[in-house]
Amino acid sequence: MAVKTAPGSPEVSANPPRTTPASANSVATLIRRPESGALIGTLAVFVFFGMFGGEQFLSPGGSASWLNVAAELGIVAIPVGLLMIAGELDLSVGSIIASSSMTLAIVSGYWGAPTAVGILAALMLGLLTGFINGLLATRTKVPSFVVTLATNFGLAGATLGFSRVITGTTSVGVQPESWAKSLFGTLVADQFEVAIFWWIAVIVIVGWLLHISRYGNWILAVGGDTISARATGIPVQKVKIGLFMGSGLGAALIGVIQTILYNGAQVANGQAFVFNSIIAVVVGGVLLTGGYGSVVGVVLGTLTFAIVSQGIYYTGWNSDWAALILGVLLLVAVLMNNTFRKMALSSATPKKKA
Amino acid sequence: MSVPFLKLKDINKSFGSTQVLTDISLEVKPGEVLCLLGDNGAGKSTLIKVLSGFHEPTSGSMEVEGEPVRFRSPRDASDRGIATVHQFGGTFPLMSIGRSFFVGAEPVKGWGPFHRFDHKFAGEVAVREMQGLGITRITDGNRLVGGLSGGERQALAIGRAVYFGAKLLILDEPTAALGVKEATHVLRIIMQARQKGLAVILVTHNVTHAMKVGDHFAVLIHGALAADFRKGERTREEITDLMAGGEAMAELEAEIAAYESAHDGHAPDPEELEKMLHQK
Repeated sequence: MAVKTAPGSPEVSANPPRTTPASANSVATLIRRPESGALIGTLAVFVFFGMFGGEQFLSPGGSASWLNVAAELGIVAIPVGLLMIAGELDLSVGSIIASSSMTLAIVSGYWGAPTAVGILAALMLGLLTGFINGLLATRTKVPSFVVTLATNFGLAGATLGFSRVITGTTSVGVQPESWAKSLFGTLVADQFEVAIFWWIAVIVIVGWLLHISRYGNWILAVGGDTISARATGIPVQKVKIGLFMGSGLGAALIGVIQTILYNGAQVANGQAFVFNSIIAVVVGGVLLTGGYGSVVGVVLGTLTFAIVSQGIYYTGWNSDWAALILGVLLLVAVLMNNTFRKMALSSATPKKKA
Repeated sequence: MSVPFLKLKDINKSFGSTQVLTDISLEVKPGEVLCLLGDNGAGKSTLIKVLSGFHEPTSGSMEVEGEPVRFRSPRDASDRGIATVHQFGGTFPLMSIGRSFFVGAEPVKGWGPFHRFDHKFAGEVAVREMQGLGITRITDGNRLVGGLSGGERQALAIGRAVYFGAKLLILDEPTAALGVKEATHVLRIIMQARQKGLAVILVTHNVTHAMKVGDHFAVLIHGALAADFRKGERTREEITDLMAGGEAMAELEAEIAAYESAHDGHAPDPEELEKMLHQK
C-alpha cells in the first residue's frame, strides 16, 4: 500500500500527533483483538454444555468440577504460555509434577521432615529443572521441544528409580501439617479447591509481568524476533532461562497442591498436563512459534478445556467423546485465532483525513 | 575537514579458512551518505555485521570519532551511536507500534517493582517520530507493526534509531523490497537524516537509488574494496560494470563483438548468447 506523503518536504508535515481517542472504535478494536476467538470458544462450549448438561452442570457442584480442573491446569498453562510467547516449548511439566510430588511425599512423609521443608524441596526441584531446560535450550541451540522432551523422560525415569530405591514403592503417603493443608489442599465450601486462589494469584502476577511491566515487552520481542531482540540489548538467554524456571515452578506448585490435597504422591502423576497445557495455551490464541499471546487468552483457553473435559459427564453421554470434542475444538480454535490475528494485522482502521 | 565519524583501517574477517573481507579501509563523516555497493555474496552483510558488533574483525582497527574501538557485542556498537536497520525493519510484526519502538529501552512510570510500561507515552512518541518522517497515515500507536507497509516499517526503524541518539545509521537494503513510490520515500528519509548531520551507510545493489542520495561510494567485490570514489566521479554504467565484476562484463562484450564480426555483423541469437554466458 502506498504511503501518503504530505505535500512539501517531510519536515513540513511534522505536525503534532493526532491520537485517536481510545473509545472511538472500541467495538471494532474489541473484535480485532485476537483473544476474541478464544472468548467465543469459551462462551460456545459453556452454552453448549449448559444446554445439554442441564441444571447439574450449572449448579455450584458442576461449576466447581470444571473450575477445579481449570485452576490446576491454569497454574501450569499460564507460565507455559508465557514461555511459548517467548518462542519456546516446555514438555517437561509432566515429570516436574510427578517428581515434585514424590519429593514432597518422600521428604515430609517417608522421612518425616516438616512439611515446609518438603514443599521447599519440591519447588526447588521445579526451579532447578527449569534452569537446566533453559540452559540446555539456550546454550546448545537444540530446539526446546527436544530438550524438554528429553528432560520429561529423564526426570520420569529418575523419579521412578529414586522412589523405588529410597522407599521401595511407587506411591508414598504424607500427612501434611494443618497450615499446609489449608493453604494448598482444602476444599472451600466443600467443593472448590483452594488451588483456584493460587490460579488467580498466578494470573495476576503473570498478567502484570506480561502486560504491564517492561519485561513483557522483552518477552514479546524475544518470541517475535530473537536476533533483533538481542540487537536491542535484551538479555535473551536470561529471559528464556527465567521463563523456563517459571514454568518449572508452576508445575512444581501443582505437584505440591496435588500431593497435599490427596495426602500422597504417585510416580505416574501429571503426564496429562504436558499436552493439556499446550491445548489450553494454543486454544487461548498464543502463537505456537512465539511473539504473540495474552494471559486473558490462556485463561479462556484453560476454561474452554476444563468445561469440555468436565461438561461431558453432565450430558449423560459416554465420556469417551470428550477427547474427540477437544481435538476438533483445538483445530477450530487455531483456525479462528489465525483469522482474528489476520484481522488485527489488517490495516482496517478508518483513515482520518488531516 | 571534519573528523570522520567512523574509520576502518585494513579490516579483515575470516570464518575458519574462508577469507570474507580483505583489507577494508573506509571512512564516513557526519552528514554524509556512504553507499556500499556490491553483488550478492560480495561481503556487504559481513561488513555490516562487523560494523554493528555482531562479528569481531579478525584483524584491523576501527575508530569512532577518532577513538579506537572494539565492538564485542551489538550493544557496544549501539552505545557508540551506531544503529543498524535491516531490510524488513527488524521489527516485530505482532507487537504494537509503540511497544516495538521502545523494545529494549521501555519507558516506565511508577516506582520500584511496581513500575509500569508507559503505553501511552510509547505510542505517542512512536507516532510523532513516524509523522516527523512523513508517515502521516499512522495515527494510533496501538496498531500492530505487521499492518504497516515496508516503507512504513523502515520509517519506524529509522525513527527509532534517530530517537535513541544514533549518529551512524546503517541501512541494509532498505529499498530492496519496496515499490517505486515507497522507495522514493525511504530515500527522502535518508536525505533528511543526512541533513540532521547523521552519518549514513546505505547498503544496496540498486545503483539508481545509490546515485540519488550518495556522497561517497564504495564497491565491494569478493570481500575487497574494488573502488572508492565520490559523487560524480563515475557514471552509472561504470558502477554497474564494477558491481557485476567489471572484467567479466567486458569479456562478454568482447566475445559478442567477435561473434558479430565473424557473422557479418549479426548479433548472436538468444541461444548462442546463453551458451556464451554459460561458458563463464
